Amino acid sequence: MAYSLKEQLGKPERLAPGHRLCSGCGAGVAVRGVLRALKPEDKAVITNATGCLEVSTFIYPNTAYTDSYIHTAFANGAATCAGVETAYKVLKKRGKIDDTFKFITFGGDGGTYDIGLQSLSGAMERGHDMVYVCYDNEAYMNTGIQRASSTPRFADATTAPAGSVIPGKVQNKKNLTEIIAAHNIPYVAQTTFIGNFRDLHEKAEKAIYTEGPCFLNILAPCPRGWRYETEDLAEMCRLAVDTRVWPMYEIVEGEWHLTYEPKKPLPVEEFLKRQGRFAHMFKKGNEWMIDETQEYVDQQWEKLLSKCK
Amino acid sequence: MKTRAKDINEKITWQDITIGTEIYEPATSVLVETGDWRVMIPVWKQDVCKQCLLCVPFCPDSSIPVKDGKRLEFDFVHCKGCGICWKACPFDAIDFVKEDK
Amino acid sequence: MSKRDRMSGNEAVAIAMKQINPDVMGAFPITPSTEIPQYYSQYIANGEVDTEFVAVESEHSAMSVCMGAAAAGARAVTATSSAGLAYMWELLYVAASQRLPITMAVVNRALTGPININNDHSDSMGARDSGWIQIYAESNQEVYDNYIQAMPISETIRLPIMVCQDGFITSHGVSNIELMEDEEVKEFVGEYEPDNYLLKHDNPLAVGPYGISPYYMEAKRSQAQAMKDAMPVIMDVAKRFEKVTGRKYGFFEEYMIDDADVALVVIGSSAGTGKEAVDRLRAEGKRVGLIKLRVFRPFPRQQLAEAMLKVKAVAIMDKAESFSNSGGPLFSEARSSLYDLPNKPYCINYIYGLGGRDITVEDYYEIFNDLFIIHDTDDPGDIYRYVGVRDSRYGERGFDHRKYED
Repeated sequence: MAYSLKEQLGKPERLAPGHRLCSGCGAGVAVRGVLRALKPEDKAVITNATGCLEVSTFIYPNTAYTDSYIHTAFANGAATCAGVETAYKVLKKRGKIDDTFKFITFGGDGGTYDIGLQSLSGAMERGHDMVYVCYDNEAYMNTGIQRASSTPRFADATTAPAGSVIPGKVQNKKNLTEIIAAHNIPYVAQTTFIGNFRDLHEKAEKAIYTEGPCFLNILAPCPRGWRYETEDLAEMCRLAVDTRVWPMYEIVEGEWHLTYEPKKPLPVEEFLKRQGRFAHMFKKGNEWMIDETQEYVDQQWEKLLSKCK
Repeated sequence: MKTRAKDINEKITWQDITIGTEIYEPATSVLVETGDWRVMIPVWKQDVCKQCLLCVPFCPDSSIPVKDGKRLEFDFVHCKGCGICWKACPFDAIDFVKEDK
Repeated sequence: MSKRDRMSGNEAVAIAMKQINPDVMGAFPITPSTEIPQYYSQYIANGEVDTEFVAVESEHSAMSVCMGAAAAGARAVTATSSAGLAYMWELLYVAASQRLPITMAVVNRALTGPININNDHSDSMGARDSGWIQIYAESNQEVYDNYIQAMPISETIRLPIMVCQDGFITSHGVSNIELMEDEEVKEFVGEYEPDNYLLKHDNPLAVGPYGISPYYMEAKRSQAQAMKDAMPVIMDVAKRFEKVTGRKYGFFEEYMIDDADVALVVIGSSAGTGKEAVDRLRAEGKRVGLIKLRVFRPFPRQQLAEAMLKVKAVAIMDKAESFSNSGGPLFSEARSSLYDLPNKPYCINYIYGLGGRDITVEDYYEIFNDLFIIHDTDDPGDIYRYVGVRDSRYGERGFDHRKYED
């Protein structure tokens, strides 16, 4: 059935207002977008790794979720969800419950790329019927913008600061989506907030309603950490995909598909120059940083294209 | 033990805390008035609005209610005034101004 | 009706689990508890039980799976040892604070540093303040019996529980034990029916909030109350168990303590050797006794003091160091419990058995000898001692009380 934003927005909202994410936070947009793909008649259990989302959406006694929710710790979002999903399987088998539940975990990039990677890998390998959603804002924002393996090269982070000798983060961003794809699970996708949210919606729907472990990586800009004005969220996402810094694609049963190709790709500086975390790259004498970033983005894009049908 | 979030506040005793700090009802965050955070405020120009709804999914705070396929006035009890909707609107149907408090 | 069988402590746990047929098991192998998930997955493979076994990639995930499952409304179990328990550490606190009744078989093994696979209590003693109920066993029979009692205790009070046994000594040592009939176990343990759970039809459940300062302390106080309230629950379950099996359990076992002048307090399998020493000394007309602590959390402070009313000197045996420079964990707790007695006994701490070091009847003789010297001289000497460690001052096995203070 064709996607209709109007129709989707007619469903009951599953992330209530009154949560305490920062004004303009991309995480709230990601959670709403994913949960909107649930059928209204289906219930869900949301699992959450420790992080911004967790400390903001369930501050005792206020939960922002209409569904059941569990947070236990930082490194184990996937394993906690695996436990819930296993309980569902066995309680269904033993005739103790009737409802249809879906299992969705949200983790930030810290809880996913880094401290929670082992737990995530284990859950994906074992084949639990769950969706793991990473809202990737490219640093440990909850503790104050420290570098992560998800932080792009040259970004100024509080544990990889741009100084007079070292120009911000030294390493390139880890390609987590490909690492998860290497688990040969049924569905893996990368997306962000574009236009009428069709891309995110369709991917979330596939991830939720494909049996087995599925993974979504959603670029979720953080105005505080990236240092841009809160109102520019949509533009940040648009620039990330149009500069090919954040390609949108999916891997369905091992087949790679590009889901968006910018008609007129923009140079990377269009994305970089809008953010304070990259400001030092635009100082005189630092042009090489932009050049190398462009080179890396082009190279990654070509590699991705060679995998896509 | 208190069981409803509305009855749980910073004055309750330890005997009233829910077992394991659980909450047994949905969406109790609506009790929190995050509208207090606002410095800037979005202004919906209903006459200009084409009801394309593009602003709605961009709101991080679920503060643009939709009913019968149409958006309604902002939920100012919760809107934090981030301005994303203002920029997301293709028809200039939202202004973004300093709020008089 | 009961049946006798020969088996190891690990198999006894696995058999108890089989009779219970819990909903979910999440486990990761670690010596010496590995056999428990091995036996159990074989029962599943043979169709004898229909538990969902989650073969996780780490103990951290084992505990996470149990927490998720328990919160979702399932009966969840795991088993681990040593570094495996240490790897679960942060989650032990979370599981207890979320009041998730998880049953964990802990096969006690030394914590690494250097790595060692043999028994001491450093693993579970390290986790003593995590908010879990802890029950220890001397023998294979007690391992089985404690396991059967664990779930009714844990689920009634909504606290997770560790059922501890000594690695290799009981876990791999084979002995005759009496098993309950399957039906008896099912009836005794009952069904798990939580009031609220993530998969409940009527209402959602939110678990694990950010607890800001105005609530955190009330939450902890409430959790502390649960541990207090666990005391009568443990006794009720023990009484019910005695009715079914005839086997009697309490917070601790008193062995010839009534008229004892000097006594030992000990946990786990080493109590057996201690009782042998008591028997021999009793045969010589010496008034010695022993208390074998079964329940370490909650700690039976008053009951222990009451049992020690007339004792003049007590050796408190710790199979774990706490590097406090003032004794091991059991010493701290037991000595503190005896502080309120009108006639406080002398309390001497012996660190013993680390990393699988044997403790012998002769070692206990030395310890009792020490206690008699203290009893007679009113001079406790150094109250923090080792037994069974080679010492350039005191020789192969032991120590000399009179020289110990050097």
